[in-house]
Amino acid sequence: MTLPEQITPEQLRHDAEEIAAGFPALMAAADQLAATISLGAHGRRRAGPGDEFWQYRPAGAGDPLREIDWRRSARADTQFVRQMEWQNLQAVHLWVDRSAAMAYRGQDNLPQKGERARVLGLAASILLAKAGESVGLMEDPQPPKHGRGQITKMAMRLATDSKGADYGVPPSKEMGRGNRALLISDFLGDWEQVIAALSRAADQRVQGCLVQVLDPTEESFPFDGRTIFQSMSGAINFETRRAKALRDDYLARLAERKDKLDALARRTGWQYMCHHTDQPAQAALMWIHNAISGPAR
Amino acid sequence: MIALGTLGFLAPWLLLGLLGLPILWWLLRAVPPAPLKRRFPAVTLLLGLEDRETTPDRTPWWLLLLRMAAIAAAILAFAQPVLNPSDRIAGRAPLLIALDGSWASAQSWGARQDKLDEILQFAVQDGRPVAVVTLSDGPKGDKPFGFNSADNWSALVKGLQPNAWEPDYAPWIEAVTQEDAFETIWMSDGLARDGRAGLLAALAEKGDVSVVESGGNLLALRGIGIESGALTTTALRLDNTDAAAFSIKAEGPDPAGITRSLASVNGAFEQGLTESVASIELPSELRNRVRRVALDGVRSAGAVVVTDDSIQRRKVALIGGGSEQEGAVLVSPLHFLRKALVPTADVIEADLADSLQATPDVLILADVGDLTATETQSILDWVEKGGLLVRFAGPRMASSGLGQTDEHPLLPVRLRAGGRTVGGAMSWGAPKALEDFPEGSPFFGLEIPDDVSVESQVMAQPDPNLAERVLASLQDGTPLVTAKDQGAGRVVLFHVTANAEWSTLPLSGLFVQLLERLAISARSGVLDSADLAGTVWVPEQVLDGFGLLRDAPALAGVDGARLTAGVFSAEMPPGVYKSGDLQGDGRRVALNAVAADRQLVAETWPLGTNFLTLTRSEERPLQALLLMAALAFLCADVLATLWVGGRLWLRSGVAAGLVLLAWPIDPAQAQSQPQDDAALIQAANNTVLAYVDTGNARLDDVSRAGLLGLSTELFRRTSVEPVEPVGVNLETDELSLYPFLYWPVTDTLRMPSSAAFEKVNSFLRGGGLILFDTKDSNIGRGLSGGTPNGKMLQQLARNLDIPALEPVPEDHVLTRAFYLLQDFPGRYANANVWVEAAPPDAELVEGMPFRNLNDGVTPVVIGGNDWASAWAITENGRFAYPVGRGVSGERQREIAIRFGVNLIMHVLTGNYKSDQVHVPALLDRLGQ
Repeated sequence: MTLPEQITPEQLRHDAEEIAAGFPALMAAADQLAATISLGAHGRRRAGPGDEFWQYRPAGAGDPLREIDWRRSARADTQFVRQMEWQNLQAVHLWVDRSAAMAYRGQDNLPQKGERARVLGLAASILLAKAGESVGLMEDPQPPKHGRGQITKMAMRLATDSKGADYGVPPSKEMGRGNRALLISDFLGDWEQVIAALSRAADQRVQGCLVQVLDPTEESFPFDGRTIFQSMSGAINFETRRAKALRDDYLARLAERKDKLDALARRTGWQYMCHHTDQPAQAALMWIHNAISGPAR
Repeated sequence: MIALGTLGFLAPWLLLGLLGLPILWWLLRAVPPAPLKRRFPAVTLLLGLEDRETTPDRTPWWLLLLRMAAIAAAILAFAQPVLNPSDRIAGRAPLLIALDGSWASAQSWGARQDKLDEILQFAVQDGRPVAVVTLSDGPKGDKPFGFNSADNWSALVKGLQPNAWEPDYAPWIEAVTQEDAFETIWMSDGLARDGRAGLLAALAEKGDVSVVESGGNLLALRGIGIESGALTTTALRLDNTDAAAFSIKAEGPDPAGITRSLASVNGAFEQGLTESVASIELPSELRNRVRRVALDGVRSAGAVVVTDDSIQRRKVALIGGGSEQEGAVLVSPLHFLRKALVPTADVIEADLADSLQATPDVLILADVGDLTATETQSILDWVEKGGLLVRFAGPRMASSGLGQTDEHPLLPVRLRAGGRTVGGAMSWGAPKALEDFPEGSPFFGLEIPDDVSVESQVMAQPDPNLAERVLASLQDGTPLVTAKDQGAGRVVLFHVTANAEWSTLPLSGLFVQLLERLAISARSGVLDSADLAGTVWVPEQVLDGFGLLRDAPALAGVDGARLTAGVFSAEMPPGVYKSGDLQGDGRRVALNAVAADRQLVAETWPLGTNFLTLTRSEERPLQALLLMAALAFLCADVLATLWVGGRLWLRSGVAAGLVLLAWPIDPAQAQSQPQDDAALIQAANNTVLAYVDTGNARLDDVSRAGLLGLSTELFRRTSVEPVEPVGVNLETDELSLYPFLYWPVTDTLRMPSSAAFEKVNSFLRGGGLILFDTKDSNIGRGLSGGTPNGKMLQQLARNLDIPALEPVPEDHVLTRAFYLLQDFPGRYANANVWVEAAPPDAELVEGMPFRNLNDGVTPVVIGGNDWASAWAITENGRFAYPVGRGVSGERQREIAIRFGVNLIMHVLTGNYKSDQVHVPALLDRLGQ
């Protein structure tokens, strides 16, 4: 009897440890980042479904009997209904690009793009979860959930690398109408794929924001000499005699890509931001938080 | 060969290769560096872009420069550049090398010999005949130069030694004029001297003259005397530009007779002055022992002054008869003695008991008649132990009737009652004058002034032995000064008073001279040729060129008049001379190499004189250096190319850098650190054999291997279980932890500092043993006494506390400490082995096999049998060096090892085996 597919406990443990290796660090970094933003009140300032007390109002016709607050009513002649503050529950779908291209860093003292992207994504999730909203990953077919448990699950998943592809594409997922989406990537892959994925999300009447994470080297192109540029997996090659001469063209193309992203976002009512790994993560997190928890446009 | 300034090229044509460098530059420029591979995610944005510039990328200019430098260095290297091409005198003509060879060249003698070697080497290469002469020796024979092949000379010049005297050029000028043409290299000592210009002119007539002079400053000491109780000498120097410090050392025998440094002082030359007076304060006992005062660290006869009687100050106790009355100073019996002695002797004036307590050298009793029996006895005891008693007659003595009936032990002769008076107002006859001093008298040669006359005296009873006791007499033959030996001491009687009452003798200068001749007072003033005329002086010790006192070779006596002229030569070298008269207490006169009125003046050579430097082998071939530089450039090029190509990671680069940095660290540097605690604990907890780290790596390796072999054998054969031997640095390491030191002595040894000697001495006093090994079996000992290594050992030993030695006697403990041995071979089997001498009273007791010898361990064992080589083993336990041949060689090695075992046993157990002689007695006693 052969069991080629059988996974031995040792292998399982090895894999698990490998997966969990980056997780505590990621969690810690994200927690730390999230703690820098103090949460304000999230109430909608009107009565509705929620956990917080809002007001007592005299009961009127049509109010079900079980909604009458008998303790309050006993102190007066009329009956009162206890109303709670309306707290809307947003569902936020998160996609963090973990492809090979995100594993790049131009200088040793800077984080990888992917690292920064994960920390940003997870920190935003933590903030949202604290605010009581439900979050979920786009590659996870389950609907978004709220609570710390969900964060932990997301973190475990984010700590892994998606092996293989050079550039990441947002997966398609059924998202409820009015849900929000947060896509973090460098968006340097094939433009057609990017636009297709974004259009798909926009078609579902989902609003959200695009966060483009770039390395400073990708902005400045400080290369010279005879150079062969390779994608991270080595699949794409480009050779130049004199890299310096390409700088202007490159920068123009990069600006064009950013413009396209911005225009696309604008058209679909999304928001777009470009973040560099040498900038502090707080600013980006603040922007994301405002963009997601702000009113729908 | 072409020369550019201080740089010369032996193969200059290769320099044409440098013309090829521009072509190389162009070629290297044309080849672009390998492309760089970079990971870059945004490569998607680049796809489809066109290179606008098609010119190839350039090799960075600094990389090009590096490569060019490497090639240029290689080309230069193969052109064989030489820095400071030496100032060799090339030619075919005969070459005369004239050495001044005076004390002034001794200071830089080593450098001079090296230079001489070098000149001879060049002469060998040029195949020219050479003659080497030492000018201070004077021309010998008909052909004083004796031109010969340089090869022959190179062997001969090794033995050249500087003389302690300066050359006399006059005979050389004559010798030079008779010779055919030749070129000259004059190794001058740099001092201006009469006749130098004349000799230079004579040499210049024969051919080119080049002069070699020492760059260093010349130091000397001039004269020694006593000023207000301190030894005073003057240090001289040639070059007065800078302030400089010097240190002066006074040496003399200690009570055991071993020469030691008695005192040392520091002095300083002020800027602009060539002289500096240094004085050494010493108690008079120590001061009287000083034999030699030398500039520390300067090996030259000029930097040494030897002392004579002039610094010997005797302690003289003066005792007068009767009480002195105020106002009667001039008639006091002691007045003239005081005047004569105070400047040159330490005078004690106290009562008799106190005076004897102070152990004076001389006791003078002036007109003392009656001494009590106890006083007489105490003076007699003192005289018999070597004191000099001088008595002056006088009325009290005459009236006391002392020594008139029988010979008194404290008087040299019997005296007649009454004495006599001549030439007085109440007597006939004229005052008597002195008779010339007879030959054999210590006063012989002194001139007697006309005005010395004697009016009264005590008379000696004519006895059979009177004649031999008379030192001076009057013209009528009556004795004036008589003396006799009493035990180890002497009793002298002046038959007149010590004041002017009985004679005018105390008023004359003769009185002082008489006292001086009796060695009561030290010699004052300078030598006077009239004083010395007719005397014969025999050298006792002479100075060699390096300023060491040696026992005088059998030199003929020197006439006193010549002594004062101060012109030294081989017949009369500087040193200590002793008056050759028959009396035992002859005077000593020191003649120093630097005369009392000498100034050091540098020779001014005529303009245009060709000077050569004294420093040897300035010629430095640079080929190896340049090739190394080229290699280094190429290595740097490899790293740089990698770096440009992005293949050099920083971390490996740093590691490579570290390797390069770590490379040139000198292991010797690490060794010079003092022992750490672990080594000390290791030495304290175990038996460790130690050898002296001489700094000569090969020698130390042999020592180490030798002691390792001995340790192994001890471990195998005995209960002594030593751990690995260690080398000790005498300067820094603690010696007290080691019982045994092996000290190989070669002539290349660097002299340890005086602090190190102090440490070694305390090691010896603390019971340690040093095995000195000259490793030469005394082979090649010439007439000059000792091999080079042996001479070095003598120099070492001079500073060490080494007792009297003797060759190992047959019954020494060393012969039976573990094995029974009678000889002590190492690699050599011939040389004597010396140990501390047995005490003179050791004698063989009847029935005992051995003498009852000294307690304790001999502090030193000295030999030249090269034991370490015989004991030495390699790492895998085989003997490292062959000993002898065949079976007898193996036997010799075995005996050598046995000697080592015995030696260590002797070190560790002392005289234990010597005590075994008592075993029969002990057994006997136990039996009862």
